[in-house]
Amino acid sequence: MDMLSRLKRKLAGMSISQGITLLIFVTVLTVTMVLPLIQMLRMAFLGEGGVFVGLENYRRYFGNPLLARSIRNTIDISFWTTIISTTLGFFYAYGLTRSNIKFKTFFRYTALIPIFIPTVVHALGLIYLFGRQGILTRAFNLDIEIYGRLGIIMAEVIFTFPQAFLMFLVALKFTDGRLYEAADAMGIPAWKKMFFITLPEIKYTVVNVLFVCFTLAFTDFGAPKVLGGQFNVLATDIYQQVVGQFNMNMGAVVGTLLLVPAFASFIADRVISSKNAGTLSAKATTLVIKKSYARDGFFYVFCTAITASLLLLVGALFVGAFAYFYPFNMAFTLRHFDFPQAQGGINAFYNSLLMAGLTAVLGTIFVFVYAYLMEKVNGFGGIQRYGKLLGILPLAVPGMVIGLSFIFFFNSQANPLHFIFGTIIILVLANVISFFSVPFLTISACLKKLDKEYESVGDSMSIPRWKTFLRVSVPLSLPAILESSMYFFVNAMVTVSAMVFLVSPRFNIAAVAITQMEENGRPSQAAAMALLIFGINISVRILYEVSVKLIQFKLRKRETTNGN
Amino acid sequence: MKKKLVLLVLALTAVLMVGCGSNDNGYRYHITVYTAVEPAMYEAGLAAFRAAHPYVNVTSLRDSTGPITTRLMAEAANPVADVVWGTAASSMLVLAERGYLVPYAPAGLDRILPMFRCSRPVPYWVGNCAWETAFIINNVVIEQLGLSPSDIRCYEDLLRPELRGQVSMPNPASSGTGMLTVAALIQMYGVDSDEGWDFIAALHENIHMYTHSGSAPARDAAAGEVAVGVSFGFPAIYQMRQGAPVTVVFPELGSGWDLEANALIRRDVISPGAQIFLDWAISDEAMEIYSRSFPIIATGQGDYYYGFEGINPADQLFADLDLEWIASNRNEIIARWSQITGE
Repeated sequence: MDMLSRLKRKLAGMSISQGITLLIFVTVLTVTMVLPLIQMLRMAFLGEGGVFVGLENYRRYFGNPLLARSIRNTIDISFWTTIISTTLGFFYAYGLTRSNIKFKTFFRYTALIPIFIPTVVHALGLIYLFGRQGILTRAFNLDIEIYGRLGIIMAEVIFTFPQAFLMFLVALKFTDGRLYEAADAMGIPAWKKMFFITLPEIKYTVVNVLFVCFTLAFTDFGAPKVLGGQFNVLATDIYQQVVGQFNMNMGAVVGTLLLVPAFASFIADRVISSKNAGTLSAKATTLVIKKSYARDGFFYVFCTAITASLLLLVGALFVGAFAYFYPFNMAFTLRHFDFPQAQGGINAFYNSLLMAGLTAVLGTIFVFVYAYLMEKVNGFGGIQRYGKLLGILPLAVPGMVIGLSFIFFFNSQANPLHFIFGTIIILVLANVISFFSVPFLTISACLKKLDKEYESVGDSMSIPRWKTFLRVSVPLSLPAILESSMYFFVNAMVTVSAMVFLVSPRFNIAAVAITQMEENGRPSQAAAMALLIFGINISVRILYEVSVKLIQFKLRKRETTNGN
Repeated sequence: MKKKLVLLVLALTAVLMVGCGSNDNGYRYHITVYTAVEPAMYEAGLAAFRAAHPYVNVTSLRDSTGPITTRLMAEAANPVADVVWGTAASSMLVLAERGYLVPYAPAGLDRILPMFRCSRPVPYWVGNCAWETAFIINNVVIEQLGLSPSDIRCYEDLLRPELRGQVSMPNPASSGTGMLTVAALIQMYGVDSDEGWDFIAALHENIHMYTHSGSAPARDAAAGEVAVGVSFGFPAIYQMRQGAPVTVVFPELGSGWDLEANALIRRDVISPGAQIFLDWAISDEAMEIYSRSFPIIATGQGDYYYGFEGINPADQLFADLDLEWIASNRNEIIARWSQITGE
């Protein structure tokens, strides 16, 4: 009897159309993400001709001292990148939240520069600065060996620094001022406050940053591709196994290895976020930042040094793109903006715009509906738990692995979706999957904050859910929607690793074209194309900031009128 | 406001979608061509083919030799390409052996020199033109090292102590040029002798970087990152024409070489358009286009290399090169090379 009533109640909360929509969305994500991954895992255990060989591929891989060395190299560079980026990111964010330095907005935006350009370009910029003919090498007579371990670590630090900085910025922004006041009252020295208040408060963020930096450096393809030389890493090994030696199964083996730290990071993140909820007490007071010339002086120097390095990197690209033949002929020229047709010419850039635009629009729509189905529809507990897990799974799948698993999956004759192979559809799909999780989490968090009453009231007035969805949920989530679109767009513009296996006969994209031009001996044209990507990404970012400001302004205006 | 926003999103989507549309302009055949030919050849070649055969719709993909070969292997079960145009003969040997190619005798085959085609009467593959090892020397950097560009003439010169850390060459595991250069060296010293490998070991002492692509050493030398790049003719001369302060040298003992070859991919239905393309690919018109970039063409008429008046480029080739040996010993060469260089 009790069971029956519970079942009735449960059924009452469910709607068939919502259930079907939910099922469709979860199925789409399963087919486009989980099945390709399974296919790649299968490939790792197959030999030539598709025979099952068990762990033989792994035995061969680890039996080869050179390939095994790649693992050590990858761990080595990832380790140092993590240490350096975490430290720099922490102090930079600390300076912007806990000191009285000026120009904080400027410092905050310049720290984001690396996000707007492909990782290949970080490496290219380093060559222009520190190569044997580099601007700084020549100016200061430096002797830095940029090709290999040191260069890769530098490039990966540039790549991961903004991520570390942004995570620390959020964590350090919110703190309980009372702790520091109490500490001051007890006369506790600054270094003790750092170790016993600040760091313990953000310890989960620290762990998260460590994992994120490690994973990003571990799986990056762009920088080692350009600066690798004698120093092989796993991501370049995949490329070499698949592209150089035609060994798909070995490629799959390396692909599974790339998944390891990403999965560890994923699990750590899950464990942490379950513990990290609601640490800030309602009684917390804002931290009053005291006067300290020494501290502010330090952060002026520190933040200026970092900012200057990043601006220098972009400056180097300008020099490379506009000099006739760097460094031997420094006359100004625009000739490098005439891109080689073999890499798609200027069309590669337009293609990227189209692809990133579609990724932003379609990706955001898909993610939004998906997150809505997870948060606002009742009564499908099992599927929803699976769906939520699916939504954050892409965090654990590096772009390179997505690209590789897409080839294995979509290029099989048996696959009815085969027709999307070699079209823009597969590129957009790979981008949406690659960058799914962050928008999913952003929008979910936003929807969670919206009052459930909207749905209840709508339902009780028999307003169809899609109307409530379009008229209430969507407009109220506009800032999160814009943020997600921008995130999709910017990432789709710069990513290489997922794309390098998937670009098609007629459809090259800018970030891959940059990689090819750099390799084919056209670094100036690569720099020129990088500037175009940089320009468009900055513009999109500005557009986003202005839109959000406008929305906030309007909301505030409405609130004040209502108040009157 | 909301409506405006929805309209805006719709309009944006519509604008973005417009680019995706396509229509048939009365084409009779549709073919897909994979190719590793040089950019200049690619553009001029496709334009010429389209003009000559406007009813054949060509979709094309150009990439380096390695990626093209990989794609062909990966897609063997369900080929996307109908034709492979201008991709290393050593790759074609592997593809043929695995049964991915269909023999086809294109019109005008009798004009192709025997050394530049598959030896079967109905060949699996036919060469267009050859590319060959070349040294590219940065004049500024080499003089800073106390040498002059004319000091570098043959392979042995690369061992000079002044060049320590100043030579870059492609990795034979990923680059066709790397493979043909290493293989030719081994063959010059004798495949059964260790001397070729001893040379590789000695050269390793001077290497700054092994690159993944064959044109990258030309880039490095042109940019002054190294004094000497071991590359191939085309990118070396490209850098020279771009205004880099470089000298291009073909090694005195002869250059390793490979062919840009064409072949027909095995598919359930072979499009006549594919055969039309293969016939065109060795036509006089096509050969003329190849000769603008690669002076050594498969009909044997090429004899001019920009900046190298008075030499016959074909004489540069190491005549006894055995492509079959390279194809069948590929893995052994890579393994031994890796062992010596630690790459």
